[in-house]
Amino acid sequence: MTQQDQLMTFDDAAAMGLSRDEWELILKRLDRTPNQCELGIFSAMWSEHCSYKSSKKWLKTLPVDGPQVIEGPGENAGAVDIGDGLAAIFKIESHNHPSFIEPYQGAATGVGGILRDVFTMGARPVALLNALRFGAADHEKTRHLLSGVVAGIGGYGNCIGIPTVGGEVNFDKSYNGNILVNAMAVGLANSDRIFRSAATGPGNPVIYVGAKTGRDGIHGATMASTEFSDETESKRPTVQVGDPFTGKLLMEACLELMASDSVLSIQDMGAAGLTSSSVEMASKGGLGMEIDLDLVPAREDGMTAYELMLSESQERMLMVLKPDATETARAIFDKWDLDFMPIGQVTETGRLVLLKDRGTACDIPLAPLVDDAPEYDRPQNPVPDRPQLASGDVTTDDPITAVLQAMFAHVDLASRRWVYEQYDSDVMADTIAGPGGDAALVRVHGSQRGLAITTDCTPRYVEADPQTGGAQAVAEAYRNICAIGARPLAITNNLNFGNPEKPEIMAQLAQSVVGMGKAALHLNTPVVSGNVSLYNETDGVAIRPCPVVGMVGVIDDVTEAVGNQFVAADQDIFILGQDNSTDDGWLGESLYAAHHGVTAIYAPPPVDLDAEKRTGDLLRQLIAEKLVTAAHDISDGGLGVAVAEMSLHTSFGAHITLPASGNMHGWAFGEDQARYVVTTPDAESLIAAAKSAAIPIARIGIVTAQAELQFGDHDTISVKTLRSLSEGCLPALMAG
Amino acid sequence: MTLSSLASIRVAITVFPGSNCDRDMMVAIEQLTNRRPALVWHKEASLDPVDLVIVPGGFSFGDYLRCGALAGRSPIMHAVMDHAARGGAVLGVCNGFQVLTETGMLPGVLMRNAGLRFSCRMVRLETCDSMQSPFTAGLSVGQSLDIPVAHNEGNYFADEETLDRLQDNGQIAFRYISHDAERPANPNGAARDIAGILSPNGRVMGMMPHPERAVSPLHNSTDGATLLSKSLEALMS
Repeated sequence: MTQQDQLMTFDDAAAMGLSRDEWELILKRLDRTPNQCELGIFSAMWSEHCSYKSSKKWLKTLPVDGPQVIEGPGENAGAVDIGDGLAAIFKIESHNHPSFIEPYQGAATGVGGILRDVFTMGARPVALLNALRFGAADHEKTRHLLSGVVAGIGGYGNCIGIPTVGGEVNFDKSYNGNILVNAMAVGLANSDRIFRSAATGPGNPVIYVGAKTGRDGIHGATMASTEFSDETESKRPTVQVGDPFTGKLLMEACLELMASDSVLSIQDMGAAGLTSSSVEMASKGGLGMEIDLDLVPAREDGMTAYELMLSESQERMLMVLKPDATETARAIFDKWDLDFMPIGQVTETGRLVLLKDRGTACDIPLAPLVDDAPEYDRPQNPVPDRPQLASGDVTTDDPITAVLQAMFAHVDLASRRWVYEQYDSDVMADTIAGPGGDAALVRVHGSQRGLAITTDCTPRYVEADPQTGGAQAVAEAYRNICAIGARPLAITNNLNFGNPEKPEIMAQLAQSVVGMGKAALHLNTPVVSGNVSLYNETDGVAIRPCPVVGMVGVIDDVTEAVGNQFVAADQDIFILGQDNSTDDGWLGESLYAAHHGVTAIYAPPPVDLDAEKRTGDLLRQLIAEKLVTAAHDISDGGLGVAVAEMSLHTSFGAHITLPASGNMHGWAFGEDQARYVVTTPDAESLIAAAKSAAIPIARIGIVTAQAELQFGDHDTISVKTLRSLSEGCLPALMAG
Repeated sequence: MTLSSLASIRVAITVFPGSNCDRDMMVAIEQLTNRRPALVWHKEASLDPVDLVIVPGGFSFGDYLRCGALAGRSPIMHAVMDHAARGGAVLGVCNGFQVLTETGMLPGVLMRNAGLRFSCRMVRLETCDSMQSPFTAGLSVGQSLDIPVAHNEGNYFADEETLDRLQDNGQIAFRYISHDAERPANPNGAARDIAGILSPNGRVMGMMPHPERAVSPLHNSTDGATLLSKSLEALMS
């Protein structure tokens, strides 16, 4: 009896991560016992990673429509209209577990996978970003993981020649045993030349292209759907190996083929490899598929049907071609020295039939794989009410500049140059603003138009109050796009949480999605793509929840964008979104509180979506009218940090006037939302514009020609001192 | 910056699997000359007559084996070597510089950066007191140029005797100099701060920085346009 004939038992199903109920359902739907290959396909398709079984109920509540939306969730990536007949196509995806086990390859294949999702749609990728979370800076594994992940991201992105233009890197001990590596890619396509995955036309050829299939990454999707334990590192062989050179060839070959009008549908072989690509293509088309596995280009001899179907070897695609296009397509792939192999055909049967060694290795109906995929309404614990932190309970009498010195020297806020200089941020020569700005700005090649892109999340807010935290992630991304003068369009999200079978984790997931949905609806930035990464736990301890928002906006003329650095002395500095009647500033869940020994959980700053919308709208108008010359959103570290950051890479300083009363540290370091620091050459007109829009505004100081920050009459520090502290932090950490 | 006198210049850019700055260079040259350069696939064994061949940046053949090693042995590079042997001009940028050293058209090697990390940043170059060359003829000695680098293997190395010879012959075209007192000038540990070198006849230049990324007011510098347009003008005069 061969392996493919051997019938499976519940123990085999359990080893593949299926529950007793799920096993029973498979038996019922098949009306017989599955073999190894068939069970492997069910297990992969019903894994959390592929089926979204714990999150689907909540994801369905997100707003996904809008006049700008061309393609919402469900395809390889989302697509939005940016004008001129062009679409921005983008998605973010996690590669958390593989990156912890093997940081270089895990991160590199994360980048490769998200790029394939974008060029599969017919888009040429133009920008990469990544949202990274590492453990505490002094944790024994952090330096190894940070250096490996950064090298892996650079190794793939630099080689394939797509600029890495932004992202975030943060450190927190909750990620000691489970880092987060989320990669986002953005591409451009003609709106009427977008490719989708639904198979069409029974009898049409199914073609395998790209790299050969090996035994790497088998059951990676299932691994990504379980908790970590001490033994996880023994799963190293299930981490895929990336080859950015083949990725580059595959990208060029696919884009060349797509321009030739040969492709009917196409799907990347990502998680669960040939399984998910064949099942999704056939089921979306309401059809069936027959594949001869003996024809699949294999890297190793003797691979079983199960191994071929579950391998996550990288740089592979499955496509359905027009019947007469095979030779055109073959010539293109020959030119790029890539495998090109017709391996089967579209059928009308509604079944997935796999042939191997002159026998049938698999013959299962497609409907149950997709339609009967479990969907759970998992129980949630109520989120506790959090008290408000009184500023006076935590603030000190230290000079503001002393606090700034400590903050800029801290890994939470220090310069990320050590990271981003390892990424080629300039290739393609269209990067207008790379890493370090509020949002990255990439020109649409050959035009004046620009794409603004950012990723954001503040896990400590989400942990304290998931709904507010979910909304805040969208609001902060919105501010970052507005701060350069661009119009926010849509978002992609990467929901990173612990084990959803625990009610307190499920509450984090569900409630933050609710908050994210409210904000996305109010700010008119629908969710067009995304990814869910659950079971981010090690030995039973969950990460701080991290629902990352990636947002894309557009600006019609990149020369009208502003940066977040002072541009001229004697310009007035204002807070847009706050007036002079300050209260004590919101220090609950602030970086200031964290750096001053507060460990109890307090309420995070409230999010007023109406204020966010109106203030963002006004700021974009002010930038377009050239009344604002630099803008920076106020987030981590509050007003003081924002002002200091605006001077950090300039030859200018600032003289800031302190408020007449109130808690000075609350004012300087509170993280109240919906605010920006802006500079203007024309204070009167700026004040008038804000008044007429009914947006609060307060003058707080002036840009000075001397590179020194002065708060009030006596408290000063040189910008160079802050810059040295900021620039010195990560290099010192990494030098050990 | 377009100069009508340049509209008749013939430029070819080689393309290897894994090249990724070929388009950027094509756009830059077209912007300066109003004439689109020819992109020549690596499998071509001959070149039409041209005034300049550019070997662009990227990761030809994935940088497998050694950076530039496989590209250096491709059919098109034999044609490029023939072109250079006839006195033709060749510019190699970044990976293109590595390819030129692999073919022996330029001496020395580009080793891994001293910091063992990829480095993408702006650098300042100083134009050296070099021999007669179209690539430096339009620049004044000591003229500084701000042009970005992005590489993992830009650490120029040759033995002392070769370095002395390069210096004595005026074959050093550009060196890294400081533009920011808070940062090291040399991004990769290159011997004698070498950023670009010339062949003995001055007609072949390899350089690590990317002039094609500094050609627009939207870039952080337009000094790359200065370098490229002065070179093209010199080639046409």
